[in-house]
Amino acid sequence: MRCVVLPEIGTFEGWRDEARALLAEGVPPEEVLWQRGAGEADLFAGAPAAAPTPGGGAVTVPRGFVDLARLAVCHADPERFARLYALLWALGRDRRLLEDRADPLVDRLERMAKEVRRDRHKMTAFVRFRELGDAEAGRRRFAAWFEPSHHILELTAPFFVRRFGDMDWSILTPDLSAHFEAGTLRFGAAAARPDLPEDAAEDLWRTYFRNIFNPARVKLKAMQAEMPKKYWRNMPETALIPEMVASAQARAREMAAAAPMVAPLRAERIGERLRAARVPEPGDDLAAGLAACRRCPLWENATQPVPGEGPLNAPLMIVGEQPGDLEDLEGRPFVGPAGQLFDEVAARAGLDRARAYVTNAVKHFKFAARGKRRIHQSPTQGEIQHCRWWLDLERAQVKPRLILAMGATALDSLTGDRRGLLTRRGGVEQTAEGTPVLVTVHPSYLLRLPAIERAAAEAAFEADLRRAAEILGK
Amino acid sequence: MARLTLDQKLAILSDAAKYDASCASSGGQRRDSRDGKGLGSTTGSGICHAYAPDGRCISLLKILMTNFCIYDCAYCVNRVSSNVERARFSPEEVVTLTLEFYRRNYIEGLFLSSGIIRSPDETMGDMVRIARMLRTEHRFRGYIHLKTIPDATPELIEQAGLYADRLSVNVELPTDRAVQSYAPEKSPDQIRRAMADVRLKREARKERSFTGKRPARFAPAGQSTQMIVGADGADDATILRTSTRLYSSYRLKRVYYSAFSPIPDSSAALPLIKPPLMREHRLYQADWLLRFYGFGVEEIAASTAGGLLDLEVDPKLAWALANRHLFPVDVNRAERETLLRVPGLGTKTVGRILATRGHRTLRYEDLRRMGANLKQAKTFITLLDWRPRALGDAADLRARFAPPPEQLQLI
Repeated sequence: MRCVVLPEIGTFEGWRDEARALLAEGVPPEEVLWQRGAGEADLFAGAPAAAPTPGGGAVTVPRGFVDLARLAVCHADPERFARLYALLWALGRDRRLLEDRADPLVDRLERMAKEVRRDRHKMTAFVRFRELGDAEAGRRRFAAWFEPSHHILELTAPFFVRRFGDMDWSILTPDLSAHFEAGTLRFGAAAARPDLPEDAAEDLWRTYFRNIFNPARVKLKAMQAEMPKKYWRNMPETALIPEMVASAQARAREMAAAAPMVAPLRAERIGERLRAARVPEPGDDLAAGLAACRRCPLWENATQPVPGEGPLNAPLMIVGEQPGDLEDLEGRPFVGPAGQLFDEVAARAGLDRARAYVTNAVKHFKFAARGKRRIHQSPTQGEIQHCRWWLDLERAQVKPRLILAMGATALDSLTGDRRGLLTRRGGVEQTAEGTPVLVTVHPSYLLRLPAIERAAAEAAFEADLRRAAEILGK
Repeated sequence: MARLTLDQKLAILSDAAKYDASCASSGGQRRDSRDGKGLGSTTGSGICHAYAPDGRCISLLKILMTNFCIYDCAYCVNRVSSNVERARFSPEEVVTLTLEFYRRNYIEGLFLSSGIIRSPDETMGDMVRIARMLRTEHRFRGYIHLKTIPDATPELIEQAGLYADRLSVNVELPTDRAVQSYAPEKSPDQIRRAMADVRLKREARKERSFTGKRPARFAPAGQSTQMIVGADGADDATILRTSTRLYSSYRLKRVYYSAFSPIPDSSAALPLIKPPLMREHRLYQADWLLRFYGFGVEEIAASTAGGLLDLEVDPKLAWALANRHLFPVDVNRAERETLLRVPGLGTKTVGRILATRGHRTLRYEDLRRMGANLKQAKTFITLLDWRPRALGDAADLRARFAPPPEQLQLI
């Protein structure tokens, strides 16, 4: 039987070195007794101390073991070192053992790690510093007393180093103490509960704690599950809890019983001023009317309607299907991927988008929500019909010489017939009023095509746009 | 009026801020002050530094810059027509409180909100000034959450997003109609556009410029919003549909549900009720199912009774009870998506099942060690050594899980 004594500071590294050496020597787990520091467990005082172990060779372990060991080593359970060594030993035979969360040994150690992790997290949450000395000093100095359930100070101190880099601090615990001075962290021996000076900020903190609490919703179990009583002693605010809970019901009842009071005089005055200041939104009537449109239910899920854009005397009107995700967010037509593709092809075809009036057959984005994405859905016949009212209004305003209908929805809205888009494309038809309509596909159709078909389809689309430019040029 | 002390102001302005449920300090960019030239760090997962007896986490210093407000929202304690005591912090006071609380490890940072004074732009401008002072003058690297005011100009929002980790705009109520009737000065359209704008700004700043440089990130911890539950007549299905719309449209990190709770000096327009805490809890559970368990909102809506979630059993169990024909599920064979739908199996347990299944066939005890809630799960699964008794009819099955009916008392 060997007895290994691990240091209190640097326990993990100590364990790792010893375990490596023992493994290299082939010492089975049942022949090792482990203890941390002289005081932790004197059970094995009679056992002979191990000879200084020679540095063992490097042992390769699966990923995850080191993380597990680093945490489990901090647990208060005296058997933690032996269990870790036993797992290390077992990993020699089954390297995938760690993946088996249901293995009793893995399970036990994972649970230990979880408890340590929780204790560490609670320490980062519940340490309360008090200021020592001069608040005006160049580097201010703070100290805290904390009583963790496990040996976590070494593990947790780096968190405070990262967080409180511009001040000096000490955290004292019954196990070890940590001191951060002028940018350097060092660990020292266990401390007794210190007598830290009063800190005026604690009164403000208590005021905050008392007032952020809503007496109408008392959930003591939820509070205690997350802030167990064992931590309360060293937190300045917790002394208030009994009184806050005791008076909560009465406070909530009072609020409920109080009859609504008469509003203060200034309320009326401010309300009037506010209403008077509300000037109607600038811009044309069409945009304002569209914003209030409830002709079909598509407005409910959309961000905003997307009106057409472009000169009101444009010779060409370009009509797409409906706004997409980006158009809906920006409130402008054809700014998404399909719009960008259109711009590219139009530039090649000699069609200047800035001189055209660009709009959609349907003004709100219709989609189905899938997690974090919105999947485009085609508008129904009814929705197209309802929205035609707006397109007709835009047409009446702009009076274009030519309309470019992109896709079946636009075609439907403009000619009343959506069938056979691919056979009708490239042809010039007419609206009911006689405006010529050049038929083509929607650019988003091109985006959906497989790569091999895309080039040809894009060329055909470009030819259609060129045709539009020619008609207008005549 | 006598001048208020800092302590009195803090009392008034934290009391006024408590109806905002969010206190999260998670997500976003990791920062620290290892270099010794600043204060603070963000870890990514957030820390709750205390819990109030209402069970809510206290992570941030959650205060209003001022509770003076020119708006008259019926549900709000700070509305212009309320008689609550008013106060206003100076920007320096907010900065000092934040830093001094932070140095003592009371908080993760600041959650600053405000009543609307004078104009939305002036109010937002003051809030941005506070964030700028913290970040640039005091090199504060902790967490900042700013509540944005929808009507403020885009330039101010732009700046807010550069200083803050998270921005939020509250939709307040689940339907536009409810907002119009209870918060007449707020515009639901404007709120939507504000959220759209934040998403666009975030995405624009994620792209590298042509030189390969990454621009300063905009609201790296994303945006969130809050809905009050139980003030208007909206049912749970409506609320969840709204959440689904918000998550997908504006990539929100969180939608918070806040049970409508009595406020001092309430408005006659909204009757005071006991806050529907269980309903709020069920909504959060359903929200989780939508985001992490692959449920669709209509599936959850279909397993509600008239649009309201069952208060006695959780929504996943309610869904399973309504879809008994899909169970039992063979834990050793089922796919991830199917396992996630078993009541009592969470995302972690399912991950462990999948990892271990590669080794060997699972037994009942294995599942217990993996952290499954077998009290629920055992009815819906089969394992090498476990087969549940017949699922029976709906009422029978529900009775096994629902708490026993309470005995009525004669008085």
